[in-house]
Amino acid sequence: MGLNVTGEMPFQASKEDFVSTKLSYLVDLLRKNGVNWARKNSLWPMPFATACCGIELMATGASRYDIARFGAEVMRFTPRQCDLLICAGRVAIKTMPVLQRIYMQMSEPKWVISMGACASTGGVFDTYAVVQGIDQFLPVDVYVPGCPPRPETLLEGVMAIQKIVEQDGVRSSADRGRGTGLTVQPTIQVDVQGRKSD
Amino acid sequence: MIKDADIMMIDPPDLSAGERMFIAPILSGMKVTLAHMVKSFVGGRITIQYPEEKREVNKDTYRGVHRLNRDEDGRVACVACFLCATACPANCIHIEGAESPWADREKYPAKFDLDELRCIYCGMCEEACPVDAIELTHNYDLVGKTREELILGKDELLSIFDATKGEKPRKNPRITGYLNTGDRTDSPADVTNPTAPTTPTTPTTDKGDSSS
Repeated sequence: MGLNVTGEMPFQASKEDFVSTKLSYLVDLLRKNGVNWARKNSLWPMPFATACCGIELMATGASRYDIARFGAEVMRFTPRQCDLLICAGRVAIKTMPVLQRIYMQMSEPKWVISMGACASTGGVFDTYAVVQGIDQFLPVDVYVPGCPPRPETLLEGVMAIQKIVEQDGVRSSADRGRGTGLTVQPTIQVDVQGRKSD
Repeated sequence: MIKDADIMMIDPPDLSAGERMFIAPILSGMKVTLAHMVKSFVGGRITIQYPEEKREVNKDTYRGVHRLNRDEDGRVACVACFLCATACPANCIHIEGAESPWADREKYPAKFDLDELRCIYCGMCEEACPVDAIELTHNYDLVGKTREELILGKDELLSIFDATKGEKPRKNPRITGYLNTGDRTDSPADVTNPTAPTTPTTPTTDKGDSSS
């Protein structure tokens, strides 16, 4: 029983049937608001929480901030059921293949939030072992700064994702014009003597 | 090898039927959860409707997005001394100093880039700043779609100051004038130890200033 976008009833039912009235109500909503309206209000996050940002991610899911108000409370721990990867915490270079595999296992359309300083840029861990920003390997849609970000800031990130969903819909991240390009060069150039030159 | 004489056999205690159901231990374990449940029935909802309703941050301690202060003449208060960039543990501040066009100081920042994504909001920059030019506001609702747009330049940081001018900075007594920072009128305790716990009178003055 699949709804098609044009909103035609997939089967014939009597008008007074409870299910069909509910179904036609849903079809009306979809016709009025579009499929992306339904899609953006039922994001299923995949929490990839490796550090303290994960605690704030849990706080966002808890009752005070309640990410369910944005329809994103269904945290699935299998990537195949998810469409929003929330990468919370620092990613070591050895963890990166795991994260990449998780991203590849998610089905399109999929979006990525890079939560916190470590996931976004490496933060204070400017070392050989920490990935200096997961956007060197994954197409990140929304960056959430903070160390760790407040739950409100993460909710702002979810709202930004919702705007992207509304605009771009099912287009894949490569089509949305992001890609995995190395967008930012390392901010600090080290000269031969090893001194930081600003 | 353990000698047989050292081995002590203990029979498991006989549990009554009530004890075997573990109701009392479960309830005692659920005490906190059940107390919260009852509290939510009595005290009403605790969920914050975020974009419409915002939780009050602790104005004395919360560190959010930076701002670059202006002095009384509207000029940037920074003197490009690089102390904040040196103190920054994440190396997120990048300053380019230049000769100042004004007579009362030698240098000013031609460029002042602050990578909000790299920053860990520790507040060491505002502690290091000798002229109280860089401060951390109470704003937290900053997200971005690219890395570049979260590298805030001088103009953006100054515009954050313009937007949050009325808010009192956390530890510093007043919005900075470059010329006035040497002769503060605080109590000596505040000058010697600015991170000391604030006196009970401080929050009331805070509220008075932020509302005005």
